[in-house]
Amino acid sequence: MRARVFVTLKRSVLDPQGKAIQGALETLGYPEVEEVRVGKVIEITLKDGERSAARARLEEMCRRLLANPVIEDYRVEFEAEPSGARETEPTSAKDPA
Amino acid sequence: MKFGIVVFPGSNCDHDAYRAIREGLGEEARFLWHKDQSLGDVDCLILPGGFSYGDYLRAGAIARFSPIMGAVTEFARRGGLVLGICNGFQILLEAGLLPGAMLRNRALKFVCRFVSLRVENRNTPFTHLCRPGQILKLPVKHGEGNYFADPDTLRLLQERDLVVLRYCTPSGEITVDANPNGALKNIAGVCNEAGNVFGLMPHPENASAEILGSVDGLFIFRSIVSSLKKRSDGYQVA
Repeated sequence: MRARVFVTLKRSVLDPQGKAIQGALETLGYPEVEEVRVGKVIEITLKDGERSAARARLEEMCRRLLANPVIEDYRVEFEAEPSGARETEPTSAKDPA
Repeated sequence: MKFGIVVFPGSNCDHDAYRAIREGLGEEARFLWHKDQSLGDVDCLILPGGFSYGDYLRAGAIARFSPIMGAVTEFARRGGLVLGICNGFQILLEAGLLPGAMLRNRALKFVCRFVSLRVENRNTPFTHLCRPGQILKLPVKHGEGNYFADPDTLRLLQERDLVVLRYCTPSGEITVDANPNGALKNIAGVCNEAGNVFGLMPHPENASAEILGSVDGLFIFRSIVSSLKKRSDGYQVA
């Protein structure tokens, strides 16, 4: 079972990398870009098991290590099953933005 | 007094701290490996600068789970003096021993230069030998020193007087230009509510001999020694 963890800076936190990229995109002729926020994607392969239990464990990993709740939000997504089913839901409770 | 310097994989200011304590201060220093489970009979702990675990994930995020951190947390809980310098500060933030978090420098550049710092709180074991409003000249060298705290935490920091050092001009004014990294309210160093855990981005150990360009770091180390001596022949973890 494969999961992706998205870690992004909270909306209330200035993202200087995003600002720099936005400036570069403007220079390249993309004035329609209103905002850029940079985050991390962490791909995690898990031993097969129940997905809801895996989600709870992944969220615990986020809280304990993968994200710093002072400045970051996180979201857990499971990679599409062969059937094409995909499960996505935002999981950070504190600052949904 | 015995200083214990915690060495993580990727620490690179551990020997600087060792020399500052032995030669600048004339006190005892020993290294503690991050896999150690106990601290021995040290009087003060230093978490030195560097790039523990390559700053992977976030600066300090992985070091904070090193085996020794259990003993560090217990030492701090019992009132032991803990000084986190640069990466050591980042580790203390990640461990929750100090409030707030670090972001990338506002200009996205690594900064390496002397800065001026105003002592905002002299009522700590780390700064009590400083004069009121004293300006210290210390070097910074970091890419993630942009201190951040949410509004509630910032209010707490200000109400409880936990901001110990702020970046300032050489004459002591707190200005945007004097801020090397975009840190909130020019905050360069904070302590916990009990006052026994202190983290700062500048490097006092690199300002501990004339040849280094400043000896102002010794105000911090001498304050520590003086506080420890006041604690009835030195603090011992029971």
